[in-house]
Amino acid sequence: MEDKIFTISVYSENNVGLLNRISGIFLKRHINILSLNVSESEIENVSRFIIVVSTTEKWVQNIVGQIEKQIEVIKAFYHTDEETIFLENALFKIASNLLFDEKQIQNIIKDSQSTIVTVSRDFFVISKSGRRSEIEELYEKFKPFGIMQFVRSGRISVSKEKMEISTLLESFK
Amino acid sequence: MGKIKISGAEAVIRCLLAEGVDLVYGYPGGAIMPVYDELYKFQDQLHHVLVRHEQGATHAAQGYARATGKVGIAIATSGPGATNLVTGIADAQIDSTPMVCITGQVGKHLLGSDAFQETDIIGISTPVTKWNYQITEASEIPEIIAKAFYIARSGRPGPVLIDITKNAQFDELEFSYEKCTSIRSYVPVPKLKLDQVAAAAELINTAKKPFIVFGQGIILGQAEAEFKALVEKSGIPAAWTILGLSALPTDHPLNVGMLGMHGNYGPNLLTNECDVLIAFGMRFDDRVTGDLKTYAKQAKVIHFEIDPSEIDKNVKTEVAVLGDVKEALTALLPLIDQKSHESWHNEFKEKQKIEFESVIKEELNPTNDKGISMGETIEMINKHSKGDAIMVSDVGQHQMFACRYAKFNSTKSNITSGGLGTMGFALPAAIGAKMGRPDREVVAIIGDGGFQMTIQELGTIFQTKVPVKIVILNNEFLGMVRQWQQLFFDNRYASTKMINPNFVAIAEGYHIKAKKVTKREDLDAAVAEMMASKDSYFLEVMVEKENNVFPMIPTGASVSDIRLS
Repeated sequence: MEDKIFTISVYSENNVGLLNRISGIFLKRHINILSLNVSESEIENVSRFIIVVSTTEKWVQNIVGQIEKQIEVIKAFYHTDEETIFLENALFKIASNLLFDEKQIQNIIKDSQSTIVTVSRDFFVISKSGRRSEIEELYEKFKPFGIMQFVRSGRISVSKEKMEISTLLESFK
Repeated sequence: MGKIKISGAEAVIRCLLAEGVDLVYGYPGGAIMPVYDELYKFQDQLHHVLVRHEQGATHAAQGYARATGKVGIAIATSGPGATNLVTGIADAQIDSTPMVCITGQVGKHLLGSDAFQETDIIGISTPVTKWNYQITEASEIPEIIAKAFYIARSGRPGPVLIDITKNAQFDELEFSYEKCTSIRSYVPVPKLKLDQVAAAAELINTAKKPFIVFGQGIILGQAEAEFKALVEKSGIPAAWTILGLSALPTDHPLNVGMLGMHGNYGPNLLTNECDVLIAFGMRFDDRVTGDLKTYAKQAKVIHFEIDPSEIDKNVKTEVAVLGDVKEALTALLPLIDQKSHESWHNEFKEKQKIEFESVIKEELNPTNDKGISMGETIEMINKHSKGDAIMVSDVGQHQMFACRYAKFNSTKSNITSGGLGTMGFALPAAIGAKMGRPDREVVAIIGDGGFQMTIQELGTIFQTKVPVKIVILNNEFLGMVRQWQQLFFDNRYASTKMINPNFVAIAEGYHIKAKKVTKREDLDAAVAEMMASKDSYFLEVMVEKENNVFPMIPTGASVSDIRLS
């Protein structure tokens, strides 16, 4: 079986220590996490983890089984890229003088459908949401002019199929 | 129960009492002192056994849990007290033993300050616990301890660690206790699906060469009677993993023996000849399966299991029956045809004959003059215990001999460290087993290596006068490693030779009756004297130095490649 990109979604209680417990499952199997995002979910007091890994389907099944086994995990799923809608977000901090000295920059911003978050005397910040490749493309375009800071978030995604966590939580009652 | 205002430490004790606990193992220290102060006040209701090392507390709690089916309790202080629990917790996790460990922790205001005896035991124990939690407020104590017991004992059991900061032990709370019966994110027992049971029955009924492999799940699920009924009605030969040993009496005609690396010849070879393999409450550990690529590939596999993450983990199943094994067996039994599978069963008998002639005969009645064999010592214990004793074995060659040759009439009789292979397990585990089942004879079988890993628990035996019987099989080697060095490392005995002290003198130093046997003709009388003793008894048997355990499946080889010599 060959390695593929999988997005693991975990619905869990919002408890101290659970992140450690979940990341330990990857550590034990010597699998590197490509990206990790933890946030609130559509259900009150329920957290949602989005974890991206590159591994075989057999391993991802094993990992999801182990994650789901954790007491505070409500449900875990895994999906391939085709089965999800996903994106990442990036921030670029760039020197303000470039905005006026290098006219091209304004076109790059316009063409990339990114937004200017803030402009100050010394720097401006651009936010770009999209696929990894789009962010990387934008990065390459800004690079020759000099990027003061760059940061990219972990993947966030929603699945095309229903997850029905609310119904599941109802059934636990 | 109405609300009363008490300290967190007292609440801990009242929670334990409310869970039916009357015995705990532990070792005091600074951060757990408020709890010990309450243990002092409640000593007429809750018996605390002072071990000599915190690891001993965990193994004693495990021995207690394995012998009784109840939750074992270990208590320790913060820092080194807590880290000393880790081996036992990891052992309980991999062998699914219900245990609750309670550790003291520095005060909440000191967390993260590298205070004296502060250690992140939550971080350290996370990978080896079923659940863990740090209590920093007294008011959390009742709810969290209730959850701890529920989680430890429900579903696939396991160890839980609760770390309690010192302020939470001192502070007062309004106490009331309610047992935990459910957690919304936790499904301990998947709901049994009758169509899966029916599919399993269909496969079993049409099988020509069905073969049952069973593990500790039968014991944990208290399904011994239902399992025996199934074996007898279906006429299917059944073999066990070492944790499944004693779930079916060893002399049962359909019990065909032990699976795995040092298991019996027939069950291993015929794993690759059966047409349907029916697994109950076992997890296809690598010591059982050998090379997975050549394991039972010809067979359709049915897996009865409580833990969904075990399905297809190592072996691909045709039918998975998730749920409680007792319930599943009860539903399965009426659907099963009465059969005898005589010719198939004869294949096991033939293989057994081959193994007897080439291995067992010489092991149990040695004709060489190299000394007493481990196998004949176990056989001698069988003769005097009549199969009624609980046997607690440590880890190594003696463990394999004990599991291969011990006779058991009843369940929960074989207590050993299976998954983790923890040397030093047996002595403290035997203490726990005997305290849990004072009505039964408890015999610990230990090698000279493992004995010295937890030898200090002789002090616990001396202090509590718990009448356990201790048999040391002394070959003056770390025998299992030496065997591998002989077979796979060209006889280079790197650091496996043991220069041992006078064990009898050490036991006698603890005022334990002790004897050493070096000659075969003295063995019978010595074992008889040990078994007749009302008090604890220490018997050192000098055994053949370079005896090997066979049969053997070398690591990574197929079950078909099992070697008789």
